[in-house]
Amino acid sequence: MPIVFDNVSKKYNNDYVALDKVSFIVNPNEFVSIVGPSGAGKTTLLKMLLAEEKPTEGKILLHDIDIHTLSGEDMNFVRRKIGAVFQDFRLLPNKNVYENIAFAMEAAGRPDEEIESDVPHVLELVDLGSKIWNFPSELSGGEKQRVAIARAIVNQPDIIIADEPTGNLDPVNTYDIVQIFKKINDLGTTVVLTTHNKGVIDSIGRRVITMQDGKIIRDDPTGKYIL
Amino acid sequence: MEKQAFKTKFKRIFKAGFFNFWRSGFVSLASILVMVITLSVIGSVIFVSAVLNITMNELRDKVDINVYFVTNAAESDILALQKKIQALPEVNNVEYTSRDQALANFKLKHENEQTVLQALEELGDNPLGASLNIKAKQPSQYEGIANFLNEDNILSSDGTKIIDSINFFENRTAIEKLSRIIDSAESLGLIICLALALVSIVITFNTIRLTIYVSREEISVMQLVGASKNYIKGPFVVTGVIVGLLSGIITMIIFFPISYWLGNLTQNFFIGFNIFDYYLSNFFEIILVVVGSGVAIGAVSSFLAVRKYLKL
Repeated sequence: MPIVFDNVSKKYNNDYVALDKVSFIVNPNEFVSIVGPSGAGKTTLLKMLLAEEKPTEGKILLHDIDIHTLSGEDMNFVRRKIGAVFQDFRLLPNKNVYENIAFAMEAAGRPDEEIESDVPHVLELVDLGSKIWNFPSELSGGEKQRVAIARAIVNQPDIIIADEPTGNLDPVNTYDIVQIFKKINDLGTTVVLTTHNKGVIDSIGRRVITMQDGKIIRDDPTGKYIL
Repeated sequence: MEKQAFKTKFKRIFKAGFFNFWRSGFVSLASILVMVITLSVIGSVIFVSAVLNITMNELRDKVDINVYFVTNAAESDILALQKKIQALPEVNNVEYTSRDQALANFKLKHENEQTVLQALEELGDNPLGASLNIKAKQPSQYEGIANFLNEDNILSSDGTKIIDSINFFENRTAIEKLSRIIDSAESLGLIICLALALVSIVITFNTIRLTIYVSREEISVMQLVGASKNYIKGPFVVTGVIVGLLSGIITMIIFFPISYWLGNLTQNFFIGFNIFDYYLSNFFEIILVVVGSGVAIGAVSSFLAVRKYLKL
């Protein structure tokens, strides 16, 4: 399903402008990287896609539906169709790897048998089968991010959004994580990713949207990291 | 199908609540400790009100007035008066002590005092008059009864005075003071207990809120993954119920040795009231109130606390 940002603005306290009339379309199965300096509005953009923040003006459409007009229950349904990955992983600390991933499936109301067969499978996909019963505190940064990605993809979402997913990782893990995202994209999922990392952009070699001061200043179909 | 889905959901919520409780061990222990204190206060309210109630009744029962008759008063006149007094609405009970009985009581009381008995012997005649012991339903009603007795109409059939003295007028200030103390002790005791209970409930509520405050990030992650509000609230409420249930049981276990120890101690102090006996004979009522309060406080505080962090 295409993602449409239509003239979206976000103002905080009525004067600080985080986003200024941003418009763009992400087509199904695209891999879009959003780059820009800190404070350019990248994270705000993703938060709006998850309905964590409301736009001050403009609309965000998924399947031609303005997601900010949806009720809480309908929004839950939409969130299950979007997998989210964050720089700080956001795993549930009191649940082990298996339960963290199972939680997303339980929330979607999937039956036990499916959970039991899908969780190990998705952990194999992110190459973390051996740590299935470990708690987040026992994992390295790269491993935590793999769990987060596994949780994001386990409900077979249409879209994966990743906010600086490699921000806390070393170069080797960064490379691995980017490869996982590419694999997910190859399997037919739209990926929207924000990053600071020039190496990440260059190794992906797909569409790059560059932001500055809440505006889109460049949109290259096969971009490089240019600032 | 619908029923099956509900069952699965319920099972998952219960399991998540239990793991939540088990894995945040120290935090759960802290909540249990605070909850046990609260429930002990609530349990103590039950005991204190029972002690107050029973002791005050005993004290009330101890207050009475005695009417002493002149020695030559005819028994038929006294019995007629007893009937009249018994008919008063304020009167609970009237007991008649005859002259002979009074003498026997007197001798029994002074059986080791030879001089007293000798003096009595020398008198020859029984110097004691008959008496009526009157108990009112309320301590405040003694004045009315005493006034009734003081009226001139209490005469024998031939018109002479038969009442020698009424001890109410001698003990009047003491009786009035005691009846005031009884009334205010009862209400003050209950007010203090209820205030304490309220304060400890608020403290428990805040403790549980703090444990959930620790999980506020977790709650927002659950929402981002698409969990419904009830599915997020459920496990926290289950954890609150587990904390309340365990705390209630622990409190009841703690009450056992404490009431046993206090039982012997209080039996002498509070006229014949044994806390331990009360604990045993009212066990099911007490456990219902204590465990019920624990579960209710746990569930309601968790519910309200999680709701605060469900922002999206």
